[in-house]
Amino acid sequence: MLYAPQPMHIPDGFLSTLVSIVLWVLSAVSVAYALRRVSQDLGERQVPLMGVLAAAIFAGQMLNFTVAGGTSGHLMGAALATILLGPWAALIVMTTVVGIQAVIFQDGGLLALGANIFNMGVIGVAVSHFVYTSIQKLARSAKWGIFVGGFVAAWMSIVVSALAVALQLALSGTSPANIAVPAMGGIHMLIGLGEGLITLGALAFLYAARRDLLHSGEAAPKGNVAVWVGGLVFALLLAVLSPLASAHPDGLEWVAEQKGFLDAAQEPLYHIIPDYVFPGISNEALATIVAGLLGTLMVFGVALGVAYLRRERTAGR
Amino acid sequence: MHLHFLDPYQPRLSLVHAADARLKLALTLAFILTTSLTPFGAWPIYIFLLALILAVEILSSLGVGYVLKRSLLALPFVLAALPLPFTVEGHELFSVSLGGWTLTASAEGLTRLVSVALKSWFSVQAAIVLAASTQFPDLLAGMRALGVPRLLVAMFGLTWRYLFVLVDEALRLMRARAARSGTAAGRNTRSGGSVVWRARLTGGMVGNLFLRAFERADRIYVAMLSRGYDGEVRTLPSPPMSKSQRLVLGMGLFSLVLLLLLGLLFWG
Repeated sequence: MLYAPQPMHIPDGFLSTLVSIVLWVLSAVSVAYALRRVSQDLGERQVPLMGVLAAAIFAGQMLNFTVAGGTSGHLMGAALATILLGPWAALIVMTTVVGIQAVIFQDGGLLALGANIFNMGVIGVAVSHFVYTSIQKLARSAKWGIFVGGFVAAWMSIVVSALAVALQLALSGTSPANIAVPAMGGIHMLIGLGEGLITLGALAFLYAARRDLLHSGEAAPKGNVAVWVGGLVFALLLAVLSPLASAHPDGLEWVAEQKGFLDAAQEPLYHIIPDYVFPGISNEALATIVAGLLGTLMVFGVALGVAYLRRERTAGR
Repeated sequence: MHLHFLDPYQPRLSLVHAADARLKLALTLAFILTTSLTPFGAWPIYIFLLALILAVEILSSLGVGYVLKRSLLALPFVLAALPLPFTVEGHELFSVSLGGWTLTASAEGLTRLVSVALKSWFSVQAAIVLAASTQFPDLLAGMRALGVPRLLVAMFGLTWRYLFVLVDEALRLMRARAARSGTAAGRNTRSGGSVVWRARLTGGMVGNLFLRAFERADRIYVAMLSRGYDGEVRTLPSPPMSKSQRLVLGMGLFSLVLLLLLGLLFWG
């Protein structure tokens, strides 16, 4: 089969309308910002390059290798795009790839497209960027930083995206968290190995053939700290939320039901508006806890980011 | 436009094919949104939705069989919803005991599972009809009219333009690999090397494809520059929709809203 659908693309009907629309809004804001960044920082040269690379990711998904029992592994590409183009351009490339997959090949739904862009684009790119740059800094631009960074970034981007899919399904009341999270997480820990190895192979080839390309992604470092922090937050949040959600019997759903979110999530939008001021924040204590948790993580991330930037500067001297 | 086996567009002479891309895009999105908002278990509304999409399929002369065959693509994802009957509480249907574990299926959970599967199936059919009856450049114009940013639409267009070129490139790489790989007689022979080795080699080929893409992008940029490209993507403004098309749009939206209201009134 030339075009193999991946279990990561959510079709329409599996997400509740509220979850779909919230994720559409989040993706639209991220992509709009990325578009602005790209047209500001990068030259007009970048437009054909991004278009052709998006096509290359598509075509690269056809290059597969047999694993066992008729299954085969192939590329998602978020990590490779992030390493080669930098996070902003990579987000646009992934948006294009996921968008065409949905519109033309029905791989993923149209209403669910926002969620798919969020999972494979926003989360995939942010996590890849966070992991790759962190490992490269640790390696102090030694050669192994590129390869280990690429492998781990690819693996992490797949696993974290898969956990996000599972949590969204759970939040929509489609799939219970204690089944969806281990299933999606487990399968994608294996699939991620394939992605990691392909990314590693591609980087090894490019390192041998065109070393300069591996540094072109660092062209626009401004504002990438935000992506780095975003990647950290996604990785942490999903790493913490997923076990919590699956360890608690029906964890996420239980919480959601307690807080009236499940009803909100499953009812059409205009049913909620008279009853709640803002969905999910109907309980003030919950809102405070969520905000506190997010704030702590953000501060932690920013502190780490600043420390890491300072180190980079001193290392540069 | 390059004809390619990957392109889902099916040339036909039908009303659906002739309709404005903006109209089709808007109605498809409205249909999928309506399907999503329809409450679980509103079976009569589901029948109406199915009738609607089947009618469009027949009108499009794509053949119902073609659409149904392609719509099976989304089927594997139903696996994700399969545990629903056992996890949603409600009226007991039956229970299975596995060792010390008793699984109880509920009518509510089953309703939700069937509803999710049906909604997904209707939505994917609508998307298939859209892709099979509309040429991609028209779809791009439709996206632009619906407010998708210009740069993003340009990206979609470029990707689509070079998708087939790069797919051909990938096929050449695969043919070269096949030509240089030995296979013993018999069908179930093991592929050579370890899985890790094969994965890394595939990665090398992906890297090669990317390198060719980079080099091609350079050439494309230079060619565009030579024709006066300055970073701005310009398109001809689309003509306004004809009166009859606007009428169809209005009637389509009206019937969808009506169905939705009925569904919410009686089953919401």
